[in-house]
Amino acid sequence: MSTEHTHDHGHGNGHDHGHHHHEESWVSKYVFSQDHKMISKQFLITAIFMGVIAVMLSIFFRLQLGWPGEKFGMLNFFLGDKWAPDGLLEKNAYLAMVTIHGTIMVFFVLTGGLSGTFANLLIPLQVGARDMASGFLNMLSYWAFALSSVIMVASLFVEGGAASGGWTIYPPLSALPQAMPGSGTGMTLWLISMVFFIASSLLGGLNYIVTIINLRTKGMSMTRLPLTVWALLVTAILGVLSFPVLVSCAVLLLMDRSFGTAFYLSDIFIQGEALDVTGGSPILFQHLFWFLGHPEVYIVLLPALGISSEIIATNARKPIFGYKAMVGSILAIGFLSFIVWGHHMYVTGMNPFLGSVFVFTTLLIAIPSAVKAFNYITTLYQGNIRFTPGMLFSIGLVSTFVTGGLTGIILADSALDVNVHDTYFVVAHFHIVMGMSAIFGMLGGVYHWFPKMFGKMMNTKLGYAHFWITLVCGYGVFFPMHFVGLAGAPRRYYDYSEFEFLQWVMDLNPIISVFAIVGGAAQLLFIFNFFHSIYYGQPATQNPWGSNTLEWTTPVKHIHGNWPGAIPEVHRWAYDYSNPEHDDDFVPQVVPLKPGEHGH
Amino acid sequence: MSGHAEAVSKDKLWGGGSSPFSISYGKMMMWYFLVSDALTFGGLLTAYGVIRHASSDPWPVGEQVFESLPLITGSFPLIYVALMTFILIISSVTMVLAVEAGHRMDKKGVIKWMGYTVLGGLFFLTSQAWEWSHFIHGSGGGFQISAPMSVTGADESGANMTVELNGGAWVHMTSELGHAYEHALEHGDHIEVKGGNLIITPAHHEAAHGEHAHAEHGHDAHAEAGPTTLPLEIILNKYVLEHKDGKDIRKIKVTGAEAEKVMNGMASNTLVFGANLHKNEYAVQQQYANFFFFITGFHGFHVMQGVVINIVIFLMALRGVFERRGHYEMVEKVGLFWHFVDLVWVFVFTFFYLV
Repeated sequence: MSTEHTHDHGHGNGHDHGHHHHEESWVSKYVFSQDHKMISKQFLITAIFMGVIAVMLSIFFRLQLGWPGEKFGMLNFFLGDKWAPDGLLEKNAYLAMVTIHGTIMVFFVLTGGLSGTFANLLIPLQVGARDMASGFLNMLSYWAFALSSVIMVASLFVEGGAASGGWTIYPPLSALPQAMPGSGTGMTLWLISMVFFIASSLLGGLNYIVTIINLRTKGMSMTRLPLTVWALLVTAILGVLSFPVLVSCAVLLLMDRSFGTAFYLSDIFIQGEALDVTGGSPILFQHLFWFLGHPEVYIVLLPALGISSEIIATNARKPIFGYKAMVGSILAIGFLSFIVWGHHMYVTGMNPFLGSVFVFTTLLIAIPSAVKAFNYITTLYQGNIRFTPGMLFSIGLVSTFVTGGLTGIILADSALDVNVHDTYFVVAHFHIVMGMSAIFGMLGGVYHWFPKMFGKMMNTKLGYAHFWITLVCGYGVFFPMHFVGLAGAPRRYYDYSEFEFLQWVMDLNPIISVFAIVGGAAQLLFIFNFFHSIYYGQPATQNPWGSNTLEWTTPVKHIHGNWPGAIPEVHRWAYDYSNPEHDDDFVPQVVPLKPGEHGH
Repeated sequence: MSGHAEAVSKDKLWGGGSSPFSISYGKMMMWYFLVSDALTFGGLLTAYGVIRHASSDPWPVGEQVFESLPLITGSFPLIYVALMTFILIISSVTMVLAVEAGHRMDKKGVIKWMGYTVLGGLFFLTSQAWEWSHFIHGSGGGFQISAPMSVTGADESGANMTVELNGGAWVHMTSELGHAYEHALEHGDHIEVKGGNLIITPAHHEAAHGEHAHAEHGHDAHAEAGPTTLPLEIILNKYVLEHKDGKDIRKIKVTGAEAEKVMNGMASNTLVFGANLHKNEYAVQQQYANFFFFITGFHGFHVMQGVVINIVIFLMALRGVFERRGHYEMVEKVGLFWHFVDLVWVFVFTFFYLV
């Protein structure tokens, strides 16, 4: 495929590309592909690979937490004599596992994986474009992501181990290479990996925004965009605005680590020796970090909310309730996410008055979030619901979004937060509201769009089993953590058995660990189903779910340029389900209005 | 930006319904990238503001730190950086003219104005290199005094003024005195403070096999191999400005016996010449130099990228690539980047030199 050719794809819908099928080489089709559908699959499979690693890490440290001091041959098998001598997880290895689990899940699975997969797949298909605005930048975006994934995984194998200061990499643990074993090469690799990750996110984000704004087909006005695309648009904008601040945060940290500056360091003593650093501020790091960090929560969550809006409307056979309110709440959440970062810092010595401002702005987010939750429920209400696996995961998302959101209101209030700050209560909160919700959105999206991605259907029964085990185990892991946290157990400790005051909740830890192991193992069902269905799944039909959006008008077998003929014109919104004026219970966006029909 | 001319025909840009901004995807991407990059600089400048605001010690004043010109001695506060800024802004003007020539499909015009833009960028980069080297080299060095003392000197109008210095207060030598002192330290010469003078006696081994060293440093004092006597001159508040009792206290010149008192009060291991990332003579805080190097460096890196891209565009225009393509939109896109880099400099200039 020549560059000239791709260039045209980016620009125009005027030409008919479907007719010339070039024989592409294996490398340009599967490796350095510039086709958004292939890039989407690359993102997804990389994310699954990273997800497996992150889940394994979590099982490793859950073994230690559930049965502190016990020896497990499995740990020795995977981690070797250095990190798990005789099968007992070493303390520094524990910290590295916790850190890399968080990093991979937040950035590689739920940011790169979720946005990368579904923005690439859905944006061109749902807005009616031949491809992304720039296929070349899109390819670079994936390969930067792949490189950063490799570096992050490689950091597990270096001398001293991977970064161990937590996924938030607070200085001084991250700024002083001598602070702990993982602060050395592991931390440097963490930062280098993030440089590529941010580059990937920026290239991807620019492409997504511009494609949505500039390459919509005729009739696809902003008010007819499917909610997935709205969510992906706001996600991309959040990424483009917040990741650059992480860049400035991280480069200053890199200077502190490697070149002797002291932006984040002041009055540090190591083993009684004072370091020659003054005047820096570790709180400055936290401000810069959380200016990214909080929008990051919504970068993770919004695509999942968009996906579930689409799946729920399709499978409830009802128009999404309150389309405009849904768009408005996405925009409101996006805006508010930039002015709430201080709620991560109530106990870091920030001015308490500033804290009260952040309480106010944080509580405001409850409004658009509640709008979304109620709109999901009212969409489901009296719907003709089809419980496909994708639908189950989307309804599961509504459940976790509400349960996790309620504890968010507690944590938003600084007076309450100071009591449970950095305890397992927080761990429970964000794993349910952000971790489970986003992963449910992602899994739901995979089940729903698998026919579009691979032209095959996934096995439904395995999908049901996967959903129910995941849901029960997810709550089984994180619900008890609320009580562990309320009892006062801080996050990230290696062994809680030595604290007298925590004895009465420590019985919960083995239970949590069992749920974690079963839930982790249940993902094998998904992985088997996924890869097996790619080869042996039932062939998909053109529009298996009876959906309205444009992607289901493209042929099952992928072609470069998406539509064989001209790009279809759009005449109505994406949610014309069970419209009494039509015989079918769905009316695709390409169907022209009947004479006298009131369009949307 | 002037977005009027039809550089690219509309139907090529937009095959869909109603295009909201009537611009190509590439130009829009550049705009979003610039917004993103602006937030990177925003983060850095905010960090600088926070640290500066939180500092309990006075922060150096731009016009007292940057007052040199290349090749000329004397005090010219902010003159050189003003020149640099002026040239950079002029290079933005030439960039506008290049874009405008592109709209008219005037190949010669584009080549000419892109050429001037590249020259402007190169001038700025070279100037920044000179300014960094001057900043690193320093102007005389400074040190802390170990115990509190009361020192009398002359202010800028020549009137006598007595200043109470705390223990640990930061004082500076004049550049002539400081440079002589620095050289003497480097050579291991004997340094003596006596009778309001600094007396430097070259070390014996210097005289014995000193030919090599003389050739290298070319210092008069060594050539004569006898003691050199320099009048002591200490400046109080050389780089900072303090307000006390309604008076501005800065650049108080201390000479004679008073200067000798200050020199003798030097706390050990506090003498600093110039600046590096650990310490600098301009401020008690290492943060001052840290941020100066990092932010001006980060901006300079952007300018360097801009110059490289401008050179590429210049060569492409020269080879007629855009003429064959039928439009000069590429010039417009790099123009956006170049204007952005200039705009960022206005902020960096304001925060590091003016306020």
